[in-house]
Amino acid sequence: MSHILSPLDIKLLRDLWRIRGQAAAIMFVIAAGLALYVMSDGMLGSLKETRRAYYERQQFADAFAPVKRAPNYLLEDIQNLPGVARAEGRVVGGAIIDLPDVSQPITSQVLSAPEHGRASLNLLHIVTGRTVDITRADEIVLLEPFARAHGLNPGDSILVTLHGAQRRLDIVGLALSPEFVYAINPGDFAPDDSRVSVFWMGREAIGKAFDLDGAFNQVILEFAKDASEPAILDALDRILAPYGATGAYGRDEQISNKYLMEEMDQLSKMAVILPPIFLAVAVFLLNIVLTRMIQTEREQIGLLKAFGYSNVEVGWHYAKFVLAISLGGAALGCLGGMALGRMIAGVYQQFYKFPFLIFAAHASTFVISIAVTSAAALLGVTFAVRQAATLSPAVAMRPPAPPDYSKTAKVFRAIERYVDQPSRIVLRGLVRRPVRAAVTCLGIGAAMALAVMMRFNQDAIEYMMDVNFDVMDRSDVSVTFIEPQSDAVILELKRIDGVYAVEPQRNTPVMMRHGLAEHLGSITGTLPEPTLNRAVDTDLRSIYVRSDGVILSEPLMEKLQLAPGDLVTFEVREGRRPTIDLPVAGVANTMIGLPAYFEIGALNRALGDGPLVSSAYMQIDANKRDEIYRKLKDMPTIAGVAMQKESRDAFQKMIDEGPGTFRYIFTLFSVLIAVGVVYNSARIALAERRRDLASLRVLGFTRGEAAFILLGELAVLTVLALPIGGSLGYLMSSYIAKAFSTELYQIPVVLSWNSYGIATITVLVSAAVSGLLVQRDVNKLDLVRALKTRE
Amino acid sequence: MRRRIAVSETASPVGSVFKAEGVTKVYGTGRAAVHALRGVSLDIPEGDLVVLLGPSGSGKSTFLNIVGGLDRATEGRVLFRDTDLTALSDARLTDYRRRHVGFVFQFYNLIPSLTAEENVELVTEIAEDPMTPAEALDLVGLAKRRTHFPAELSGGEQQRVAIARAVAKRPTVLFCDEPTGALDSQTGVEVLKVLRDVNQTLGASVLLITHAAATAAMADQVIRFSDGQVASVEHNETKVDPSQISW
Ligand SMILES: Nc1ncnc2c1ncn2[C@@H]1O[C@H](COP(=O)(O)OP(=O)(O)OP(=O)(O)O)[C@@H](O)[C@H]1O
Ligand SMILES: [Mg+2]
Repeated sequence: MSHILSPLDIKLLRDLWRIRGQAAAIMFVIAAGLALYVMSDGMLGSLKETRRAYYERQQFADAFAPVKRAPNYLLEDIQNLPGVARAEGRVVGGAIIDLPDVSQPITSQVLSAPEHGRASLNLLHIVTGRTVDITRADEIVLLEPFARAHGLNPGDSILVTLHGAQRRLDIVGLALSPEFVYAINPGDFAPDDSRVSVFWMGREAIGKAFDLDGAFNQVILEFAKDASEPAILDALDRILAPYGATGAYGRDEQISNKYLMEEMDQLSKMAVILPPIFLAVAVFLLNIVLTRMIQTEREQIGLLKAFGYSNVEVGWHYAKFVLAISLGGAALGCLGGMALGRMIAGVYQQFYKFPFLIFAAHASTFVISIAVTSAAALLGVTFAVRQAATLSPAVAMRPPAPPDYSKTAKVFRAIERYVDQPSRIVLRGLVRRPVRAAVTCLGIGAAMALAVMMRFNQDAIEYMMDVNFDVMDRSDVSVTFIEPQSDAVILELKRIDGVYAVEPQRNTPVMMRHGLAEHLGSITGTLPEPTLNRAVDTDLRSIYVRSDGVILSEPLMEKLQLAPGDLVTFEVREGRRPTIDLPVAGVANTMIGLPAYFEIGALNRALGDGPLVSSAYMQIDANKRDEIYRKLKDMPTIAGVAMQKESRDAFQKMIDEGPGTFRYIFTLFSVLIAVGVVYNSARIALAERRRDLASLRVLGFTRGEAAFILLGELAVLTVLALPIGGSLGYLMSSYIAKAFSTELYQIPVVLSWNSYGIATITVLVSAAVSGLLVQRDVNKLDLVRALKTRE
Repeated sequence: MRRRIAVSETASPVGSVFKAEGVTKVYGTGRAAVHALRGVSLDIPEGDLVVLLGPSGSGKSTFLNIVGGLDRATEGRVLFRDTDLTALSDARLTDYRRRHVGFVFQFYNLIPSLTAEENVELVTEIAEDPMTPAEALDLVGLAKRRTHFPAELSGGEQQRVAIARAVAKRPTVLFCDEPTGALDSQTGVEVLKVLRDVNQTLGASVLLITHAAATAAMADQVIRFSDGQVASVEHNETKVDPSQISW
């Protein structure tokens, strides 16, 4: 009779089976962490690879330089710049689309179509139909997701206002573009297929429409190998400055690509921040389980050694136990991560428009997952395993001295007088093992912290929405003009029936500099005390916008390394292109972007081109919305119209569809941790007390009383853990907010009481469920057996 | 499968399996020091069944642990055949136990998650020329209980499994620390019989600690401990069959 498994391995398997509940709980905690890792790292890899392949195939440009109007012959000079492989001039403009079944005007971008025959940049990925015939003036290719959202197809035609003139254009094809992988309207939090429109038309036709015959208003470049991006951008700015250049930028400032990069950045942060927390909790659980196990098996260990098993063999036995659990968890995590990855790839595809996006985790992701988990688990139990391995057999043979309760009795005598016998046992249990109690408390606290953290995401988003839409921007509609307009336009808007209030804004592109730090952005001129679109401080009080200094948003202060009072240089990239030095007069809170505010009159004086406005914020009568929209559609100077409610709805929709689905998964994860910790602690308490409990039962205590003794201790620890975990969760949330904030979004640290409440309930319910599971074991306690086995 | 080490394999011509020379053992230091053994010198002949007697705390277990390679002497030498156990490294001491020594303890010390047979196998797996677990269990009369777990066996049965486990490797020496301590007299006698058989059929030396002075009658040699020292050594001319012992 030869076994395939050695008796020690059989022991291992039976031990695993015996504590299967605990082992499973730990495995799930590991699996949750690894699933997050595999999902985020795999998704990161997929995005990177997809992006690379897509950009390469569509010849995505390396740099972009918008100008007002530059003659075509300049392209030759640009083409000859060192490091430039290809330069292309194109026309980019705004349009308003009027769809019969949509009352509000839809703002669209319009671009000259890349000519596929020639070696063009930013090629379109035609999904259906064909590209435009350059000899035809009325053909367009439409951005596919927009077309889908409105049921538009090749063969249909749409009414478009181009540079003030309305025309009917024929859709000949639907396309995706590397420039619009993430297509978002300026000022919006989220992309919205039905409102983000882009179309392409023939170079000649669009040139005529925008009075750009023989000229272009944007250069796109491909770099040669080893090109220096800053040098090229500087050279471009120099060459194009006389033609109204607002500043050349590379791919990393291209809006769609920027969002993509930040998404990838967040994924990579997610991959390194969250999984270790899960792993740490799992290692902690493994440690208490193993320590307990080794303690009860002291004599067995001594025996093995007495019979000639070596230190290494004994240590390896316990290490294998830990490995079995962690590898089980790792395998589960890898599978879960794949499933999660597939799911999230689906979510990503709703927001990132690649022609294809397939989740594929690299083999190295799995190797890393498994290696790191095993290493962490083994490292975490090194001490316990070492202790087992080096236990002297003679010592192991002697049963440990009975636990000493004499001291605790003294400390607690005062309190104990008022409580009954079972409560005394609970109290003494806590005091006798303060370290164990503290660590268990911390473990439950970790579950609480995670539960809080999982809620933080949602709170932050809700807060961002509220602040942005209810406090900072309280307008209903905003319009942007094709070009800065005389402020008479404000009066014109005010005259529309149903418009309550109109506020002007002047936005001008600037390069801001302070020392060596710089930021290419824009400066916003507003009324000193605007009521619709306001600058607010961190306490959400509105800030008086001054004419003797600028108000900068906090992250901008940070980026430019500024302190209040410092001088900032603004190089205006518009009109006469003046350079203005202004002191920082205040700091503003911001949710999106990096705004800088200045009083509109002072800004206009500094720019020296008269009292102009570039956009307007309006408050309107909701009942007269449709008529107002119709009037706006007819105003030739308007390039775009944004509806606040729609931005908000789009954001809400994105949250519900994207991160929203993950909320449930995260909540599940925090439940797993809470159950893992509480259940494990309760099981261990049960194992330690089996004999005591049996004795009590023999003495006539009821099952309920026995369970109370066992679970009372955990109940106390769970309650203690709630505030600890709550604070820990707040700290972790602050850390994550900081780590995940970008130039595009600033994530505020907000946690509602509601969230603490939900987290508390999550932990308490998990604890109660664990308690019930263990209570079941207490009920099944075999008195004779419990008293017979020496534990 | 394991590297061989220089522990002599054959009985020495002198005929002693152990020689203890001035063995002392001190637990702890300073004022808390406990002198468990104070200069024990002994000669234990190959193949003898030796009974160790003495009051509680007199150092019997301590001595057994040292000659069994579970613990180290503070001073003095212990020779196993020609090998000085006190000079061996931990690894070699482990090897000594692995190849030559069997242990039986008062509290059986079976692994609860393994069946009787698997408990025996635990040892046969790492031994060089073991009997099969079935043979060993047969030897203690438990062939039929092979697949039972310790919790399903009586105290005496558990102890017999422990003995089977100890003898399955065909040890050179079998150490028993109060193997009958937790058993009633009748069951104890059964266990003693097994030990006698092992001594006679396998030729293993047996060192047996007991509080039942009557057990001394079945020994070749009786060593009495007192206060960490050897009080007396007696040789029995005639040995009594375990069945005639009771306590
Ligand atoms: N690890 C230890 N630390 C301190 N003192 C010890 C230790 N182990 C044993 N002793 C002491 O050494 C002395 C001898 O102990 P030992 O266990 O050898 O006695 P024993 O003869 O086997 O007694 P019993 O018949 O009660 O088993 C005792 O006084 C005991 O208290
Ligand atoms: Mg003893």
